[in-house]
Amino acid sequence: MANLTREETLDLIQEVLEVYPEKAKKDRAKHLAVNDQSIEQSKKCITSNRKSLPGVMTVRGCAYAGSKGVVWGPIKDMIHISHGPVGCGQYSRAGRRNYYVGMTGVNTFGTMNFTSDFQEKDIVFGGDKKLAKLIDEIEGLFPLNKGISVQSECPIGLIGDDIEAVSKKKAKELEKPIVPVRCEGFRGVSQSLGHHIACDSIRDWVIGNRDGDDSFQTTPYDVAVIGDYNIGGDAWASRILLEEMGLRVVAQWAGDGTLAEIELTPKVKLNLIHCYRSMNYISRHMEEKYGIPWMEYNFFGPTKIAESLRKIAACFDETIQAGAERVIAKYEAQYAAVIDKYRPRLEGKRVMLYVGGLRPRHVIGAYEDLGMEVVGTGYEFAHNDDYDRTIKDMSDSTLLYDDVTGYEFEEFVKRIKPDLIGSGIKEKYIFQKMGIPFRQMHSWDYSGPYHGYDGFAIFARDMDMTINNPCWAKLHAPWLADQAAQSEQQEPKRASA
Amino acid sequence: MALRQCAIYGKGGIGKSTTTQNLVAGLAEAGKKVMIVGCDPKADSTRLILHAKAQNSIMEMAANAGSVEDLELEDVLKVGYRDIKCVESGGPEPGVGCAGRGVITAINFLEEEGAYEADLDFVFYDVLGDVVCGGFAMPIRENKAQEIYIVCSGEMMAMYAANNIAKGIVKYANSGSVRLAGLICNSRNTAREDELIMELARQLGTQMIHFVPRDNVVQRAEIRRMTVIEYDPTAKQAQEYRDLAHKIIDNKNFVIPTPITMDALEELLMDFGLMDEEDESIVGKVAAEEVAA
Repeated sequence: MANLTREETLDLIQEVLEVYPEKAKKDRAKHLAVNDQSIEQSKKCITSNRKSLPGVMTVRGCAYAGSKGVVWGPIKDMIHISHGPVGCGQYSRAGRRNYYVGMTGVNTFGTMNFTSDFQEKDIVFGGDKKLAKLIDEIEGLFPLNKGISVQSECPIGLIGDDIEAVSKKKAKELEKPIVPVRCEGFRGVSQSLGHHIACDSIRDWVIGNRDGDDSFQTTPYDVAVIGDYNIGGDAWASRILLEEMGLRVVAQWAGDGTLAEIELTPKVKLNLIHCYRSMNYISRHMEEKYGIPWMEYNFFGPTKIAESLRKIAACFDETIQAGAERVIAKYEAQYAAVIDKYRPRLEGKRVMLYVGGLRPRHVIGAYEDLGMEVVGTGYEFAHNDDYDRTIKDMSDSTLLYDDVTGYEFEEFVKRIKPDLIGSGIKEKYIFQKMGIPFRQMHSWDYSGPYHGYDGFAIFARDMDMTINNPCWAKLHAPWLADQAAQSEQQEPKRASA
Repeated sequence: MALRQCAIYGKGGIGKSTTTQNLVAGLAEAGKKVMIVGCDPKADSTRLILHAKAQNSIMEMAANAGSVEDLELEDVLKVGYRDIKCVESGGPEPGVGCAGRGVITAINFLEEEGAYEADLDFVFYDVLGDVVCGGFAMPIRENKAQEIYIVCSGEMMAMYAANNIAKGIVKYANSGSVRLAGLICNSRNTAREDELIMELARQLGTQMIHFVPRDNVVQRAEIRRMTVIEYDPTAKQAQEYRDLAHKIIDNKNFVIPTPITMDALEELLMDFGLMDEEDESIVGKVAAEEVAA
């Protein structure tokens, strides 16, 4: 179906808001906007990073999710204690598919769950002694761990346990970094504050560990990859491009990352940020303290990859610049073949996205490379600087929705009728049951990688097999086929294979 | 007689535990079957009944046993003077953990284990200082204590605390059956103390149920870890506690309190000369300025 005009989109927003009580309507109205590329600052059109309303369905996470699940969790050779009752750790265990190399349980611990498993008595008498004992047990059972982080769950903040004192004492005893993280779930409005708290704890307890130590041999081409969580192998698919153009990747934050890499990051020449939302804090800190510049890049789809490779190369000398061109040329035939194969099958398909940190804007280019169009996008936990960046990437009159509620999202979809929705597990089955092709864009639906040229081929294949899956033509029972055909005539049919 | 559950609140150090144990001794002497539930991490609510330093508390034993589910009622319930049953919720040492959660856990344990099903006339909850959080309000929540007695004296801070506790009661009274049953004046020998507390009681919409005079025999009994009634049944003070016990037995005056404003309370204190009229001109002035002026 044709795209909505600006007026139609505004009307749609008004119509959807209609069901809310007055106060909720007023609040939610600020989070919904029609894109206008001429606006320079997103604060003029959309409000973000505010508390969700009670009674609506939001899919946001908490500060603990932001720290343990996103920032700290993937650092593979450290052990991350979920300090508090057992559930937070158990239900977030290995959930983000941060791939890593290593022998789990020996020198890497990414998919394991370490918890202090709080009981009533720990709430009443405090959990400090238990934490100390747990750290000793970890050291005994997993002596190859390189350090420990203590991820606070809600009760730790409520009862005021002094995890800093325990961490300091044990760090001295074990001669390893032990990092207390005050990421209690009730803090802040979403997982976003957890990212910030986690970055601050890295700043305070890790980043300066090798200050004044020049034993590490640096090169003029040292970079760090910041904010790539190696979901389905994304960071690996990115890293090879950087290495092929002549750069040396000293550290990966945090997918497949190690404590040593984090500690060495202040020695690099440039920090490359993929997920700006979760790790801009630590990049800004390194810029301030060590004078390391940082830049954002985007490795989704050949257009953005080439753009980013050239932008990165421009920070270095001719060898690297030539390297970037060499890399782009090397993969040209490969990605052209992908486009040749899939673009005819995907041309003109319309997509709605609702994801987390960077993808609501970063994947737009990859869809466009396949001839598709993103007609609506939104973030769970963005701030206004994210929307500033999004406005330019979205076409005029498309829909922006911040911390969208279950109701709003469904209503928007019913009207806009996209050919594909890219969002998370909580949305997946609702929209599939509505007959709309769906891809999980947090976990890549257990596929991936999607970053880099290698990832693009997988991305294109996945979108094709989802949208053009024959199942979508079988949504109506054969004996109701006539009826279905009639209703489709009244309502123009969504294109399908 | 149906079980009556009473909670004793009041400012820290006012003598709640001493008053509770002495009046419970009076009730027991009158043939009533009573249980004391100490709701204070210090666990000193039952020592005069048990002649003990401090009873093993529910939370302490639960911590040693692994969890509260590993405990049996007889592990934590001790029987003292005239068959008074005693339990202490217990809790952490100062500065760690969550004492309020300890009270909640302990009272839930007592309920689940059927501590209240026994043939009892009275349960008394002796609660730490102020209603600082939901845990210390546990005894006055639904289906627990329905009568609240506030121990106070004619001192300013004790009366502030009494008024604050009344506010806490209002919150739970509107959603449940808890009622303020009276103020117990534990005398500090301040001027016109009885009149003052009677006036405070009137303004709160309740009564001063008894005026307990100051008497050193209480301390003499206490160093022997005994109540006055047990230590010296003939003492005048023993009779005071008996009177209090009988007034509580006969008490029918249960109200939703009407806490007063800060201004009204200060006015009351001024009327009785416990507080001077506020002089706005001196607010925020340091000593040097006052000398200069």
